[in-house]
Amino acid sequence: MNLEFSEEQLFIRNQARNFLSQECSASVVRSVLNTDVPFDRALWQKIVDLGWTAMSIPETYGGLGLGYLELCVIAEELGRSLAPVPFSSSVYLATEAIKSWGTEPQKQHYLPKLATGELIGTLAMNEGLGSPSIAAQVLEGKLTANKIPVPDGDIADFTVLTARDEQGCVGLYLVDLADAGVQREVLTSMDPSRSQARLVFDNVPVQALGAAGETQLTELLDRVAVLLAFEQIGGCQAALDMGIAYTKERYAFGRAIASFQAIKHKFADMYVALELARANAYYGVCALASDAPDLPLAAATARVSATDAYYFISKENIQVHGGMGFTWEFDCHLYYRRAQLLSGLIGTQPIWKETLTQRLL
Amino acid sequence: MDFQDTPQLAVFRSDVKIWLEANATRRTDKLHMGMEGDTAFQEAKDWYKKKADNGFACLTWAKEYGGAGLTSLHEVVWTQEVENYRTRDAHFVIGIGNCGPAVMHFASEEAKRELLPRMASAEDVWCQLFSEPSAGSDVAGLRTRAEPDGDNWILNGQKIWTSGAQYSDYGVVLTRTDPTISKYRGLTLFMIDMHQSGVEVRPIKQMDGGGHFNEVFFHDAIVPDAYRLGEVGGGWTGALTVLMSERLAISGVQPTGFPQFLDLVKSLELNGQPIANDPIVRDQLATWYSQYAGLQAVNKRMLTAVAKGGIAGAEASLGKLVGAVMNQEIANFACQIFGPAGIVQDTELSPEQAHFQQQVLFSPGVRLAGGTDEVMRNILAEQVLGLPQEPRADKGIPFQDIPTGSA
Repeated sequence: MNLEFSEEQLFIRNQARNFLSQECSASVVRSVLNTDVPFDRALWQKIVDLGWTAMSIPETYGGLGLGYLELCVIAEELGRSLAPVPFSSSVYLATEAIKSWGTEPQKQHYLPKLATGELIGTLAMNEGLGSPSIAAQVLEGKLTANKIPVPDGDIADFTVLTARDEQGCVGLYLVDLADAGVQREVLTSMDPSRSQARLVFDNVPVQALGAAGETQLTELLDRVAVLLAFEQIGGCQAALDMGIAYTKERYAFGRAIASFQAIKHKFADMYVALELARANAYYGVCALASDAPDLPLAAATARVSATDAYYFISKENIQVHGGMGFTWEFDCHLYYRRAQLLSGLIGTQPIWKETLTQRLL
Repeated sequence: MDFQDTPQLAVFRSDVKIWLEANATRRTDKLHMGMEGDTAFQEAKDWYKKKADNGFACLTWAKEYGGAGLTSLHEVVWTQEVENYRTRDAHFVIGIGNCGPAVMHFASEEAKRELLPRMASAEDVWCQLFSEPSAGSDVAGLRTRAEPDGDNWILNGQKIWTSGAQYSDYGVVLTRTDPTISKYRGLTLFMIDMHQSGVEVRPIKQMDGGGHFNEVFFHDAIVPDAYRLGEVGGGWTGALTVLMSERLAISGVQPTGFPQFLDLVKSLELNGQPIANDPIVRDQLATWYSQYAGLQAVNKRMLTAVAKGGIAGAEASLGKLVGAVMNQEIANFACQIFGPAGIVQDTELSPEQAHFQQQVLFSPGVRLAGGTDEVMRNILAEQVLGLPQEPRADKGIPFQDIPTGSA
């Protein structure tokens, strides 16, 4: 039993942390949040140059051939720094799907370009309110669909997409978003530091992603759940650290407010939520990296735990800041917004709790 | 990262499995065995003796002190395997887990070789005498006096919440030896022979009807100076050493109530429907499982650290806090699910032999014993997160001048 990262993995994490603390300050996040810019291109290019987009791609397709243990330490740091880039869409969702289930020509076409950042991909699975259901239809190789919201749908070059075939069977498809039959509409969202779009497809040519269907979609979301859990715990840690630093400095009634038990007990509970989420995420990635039989349960557990923790910690971070926490100027809301974004990205808490329960019973 | 035992641990696990299969009865349910009553006590003593005779007692203690000379990881493997059997393995956790390390750290070599093997085999039973009526969370505010008298010390005062005192042969007792200096510096730790006329044990009847705890009164009880553990005035340091050692011992043992709840959800039907179909039950199950699994994984991370030569940290405080709260919430939730008949506490009529009703009534004590929820939060906030302490009214003044609220 070994549930810690290796020296090499910790080295990658420290490098990522140092890089992002220099290149992805809150002002970088705000430059996307405060404007119509969908993501930070300069930061994205630097991330590509560091090879992070190539990490999980096999060397035969121009990647670095590293595993989930290396990818998740990067995820944690991206979450900590609130990086305004389409990493989760392109790397966890699109790259993972093509790498796992693409045909050989699809892998040869997409993976090298995903590795170099020449292409940005995403996954279009949502079709409006409620738990994801699929009305999107592929008839004779042409897609008709209305996908909303699609993360980074306004900037992605292509998307992996869920749709039904003539027989009503769910499949994964690859769609070029430059096609004339694709309409893109940028959406207003709770976290404008990351973009969301509506994508409408009218008779757009698509190709099946290998033979991937519902089972593969479930597998994909399990893997992404673990990686997103690391982004979530990274954000949790940053929000917790922020609250602690502030309450140690902030004085009321003649003393640092962090010395009041009403405040410090809140922090104890935040710490507990984070440590449970962190341990579940570690267990999850260990199961993912070793393809353990309990990966589905471990992934759902990591997801539920991290979503609970990020909501709780980001809201209590606002609370311990008092009125200043409610201002635009303070960064508390950045974490609160990101917690909302990440909790919805691949299905919200009720969906994942039900998934967990099904797998447990 | 990986989930595998090392080759040595895999061999040990296999040995343990074989021995348990031959020497213990498999458990068919996940209900914890009660700790109370003379029969339970005798069964526990017999079980510990058997373990000791076969080299499975106090796995981490050196062989000359009655242990097996193995590592904390062996202890964990044992704990994981023994969970599948109906044994009274947890019975002497406080004596062995708390008093053992105190004796190990501070007693003379002669005393250690005499006392520890008998503790390990439960031939002698030990209790820990720290808490007092006016010194609970603020245990360093204790008032039991120990005064020197030749080669002896004379103890007077009262302890409370002493688990198993009625069965104990020895105790580890924290006393005040100097009230004229600051509270933490005036304390001294001793071993005490519980079989003497100056020691009086009175059981406390708990709110759930049980009698696990006791009050212990000292009326001129005599302790030879040879039984002193550590320096005069070094009692607080000694007590902290004990409490630190305890962390690893209890971290895998903290009950959460979750396995019992999972069994219930899998088995119970109400109104002709499995309760597993109830969306409220399913939602709660997911929430509690994510916490329960988190505690297991926190423990695995701690063991990884221990295996690499690190020490147990705040995990025990975290586990105590989460487990104790969850235990109460689960018990209450289960009884609510039972409907109006949930009020009935009858081992024949109530599901799972009235386990959940018993836990509703017992669980408040779990949130208090061994450090309250609030003390756990203070430990996490101050010792782990580095938050400042509250201003205090007992600092920098002699113990005898600290306000007590009593006229």
